[in-house]
Amino acid sequence: MAPLSPPARESAVISVDGHPLRVGLALQLLERAGQHDWMARLEPGSPAWMQALIDGLCTLSSRDPLTGLFNRRQFEASLDSEIDRVARTGESALLLLLDIDHFKHVNDTYGHAAGDVVIRHIGKALQDSVRPMDTVARLGGEEFGAVLPNCPASFGQTVADRVRKAIEDTVVLTAADQRISVTVSVGGAFAPQWVRSSSHLWMERADQQLYRAKAAGRNRICLESQPRSEVSNEERDMLFSAVSAFVPDAMDTSTDPTLDALP
Amino acid sequence: MSVAHILAITSGKGGVGKTMLSANLAAALARRGEKVLVLDADLGLANLDVVLNLHPRTTLHDVFTGKAPLDQAVTDAPGGFQVLLAGSGLIEYSRLTPQVREQLALLLDTVRPRYDRVLIDTGAGISDIVLYAVSLADEVLVIATPEPTALADAYATIKVLAAQQDRTTPMLVVNQTQRPGEGAHVATQLQAVLRRFVQRPDGTSITLQALGDIALDPAVRQSVQKRQLLMLAYPGSDAASDIREIASRLVAATAAARLQSGR
Repeated sequence: MAPLSPPARESAVISVDGHPLRVGLALQLLERAGQHDWMARLEPGSPAWMQALIDGLCTLSSRDPLTGLFNRRQFEASLDSEIDRVARTGESALLLLLDIDHFKHVNDTYGHAAGDVVIRHIGKALQDSVRPMDTVARLGGEEFGAVLPNCPASFGQTVADRVRKAIEDTVVLTAADQRISVTVSVGGAFAPQWVRSSSHLWMERADQQLYRAKAAGRNRICLESQPRSEVSNEERDMLFSAVSAFVPDAMDTSTDPTLDALP
Repeated sequence: MSVAHILAITSGKGGVGKTMLSANLAAALARRGEKVLVLDADLGLANLDVVLNLHPRTTLHDVFTGKAPLDQAVTDAPGGFQVLLAGSGLIEYSRLTPQVREQLALLLDTVRPRYDRVLIDTGAGISDIVLYAVSLADEVLVIATPEPTALADAYATIKVLAAQQDRTTPMLVVNQTQRPGEGAHVATQLQAVLRRFVQRPDGTSITLQALGDIALDPAVRQSVQKRQLLMLAYPGSDAASDIREIASRLVAATAAARLQSGR
């Protein structure tokens, strides 16, 4: 079968193993999203073509069209797998929820088109201010989320403040040459280590902190405090000496059983 | 009327043998003639069912949601004791809501008159649900291994329990010791660090009750792989004999405490 030409796509029905598959809408959606480079290359109905179609639809259903960030659906899936991970490894993971302050004012003053530009720039500033391994998403409206795996509790405030500052420093230039700056309120919560929670509860806890940040005057960060006891380096050193005292000395041959067999 | 002694078994770090100890200690105590119930309070990440190879149809989840009476969820375990398993449906209870608090407290009030001893297998770490589960117990046993991270986490847990719940005489078991005297050395050192760094408002410190060590023993791993209790599969192993000694010290410590308090 020859690659489908653009006009043929809308109503395309292809035959796979003699079964008709209606792929017209899927192809159309992918083309509109600019994900059609493979269509001309691969033979319709071939395994490679089917895989490219599936991959394209997965990308489409997991991304936010305006910012290109993950959408809420994908974000919640990421939270679920992160919860599984911290339950198993005990590593610390931080969830940040961000909401642009007074965004309605931006829309009312500069128009919705400018509001969209602001959303895009804030999304990019957020993405650029975290690590590549972190998952960043637009959750809807002017709300964003970020999951930061392997983020120690002591780093939480610093990381969140870096994000907040990056957004505050972002200047958006509109088509009408107006300069717009916005701030965000940030709420954060750590995944409970060793405990399998749910993405819903984790989001709820971060959301409570976001609410606190808003109520406390916006453009600020509230992180849930953890019920941890601080163990100083001095305490650690003294504890660890108990362990090291029982590690056999490399020069102490008396504990090496392989030497017993020697003449 | 006899009233059960409730012992919470906890650990700072996961994977140090908490559930292994809960199940096998229960078997050792049952062997001594005690009527024992193990409550699986590792609500988020329960694996007591895996250790015991049990698949009960009714779990704590059903009791908490009113779908089944408590008696139906109490399951006979190999080893001559009984268990209340959390079940995977309890994920939503990994957060300490007032309902969960009430349910757990009610549950313990109900079972207390029916047993000689209730062992609460808590989650690892210092989450609010772990702290709450410990608060329901008469005494707390902390299990650690002679590794820096496990020791630091056990130390942090002991500090938090002292600060929050006035637990000044926690029991300690050192698991996976590799040479004679290692466990005693670790306990002594842990005690020294506590004495030096933790002062109570009344000027006293924390006094550990060292219940003993469990030797690093391939039989433990083999019993887990066979999904049988160590005490049943390898009763003659070093680890099994260590656990019997721990049971014996626990019984003596409880008797002494009861005599002192006049209960």
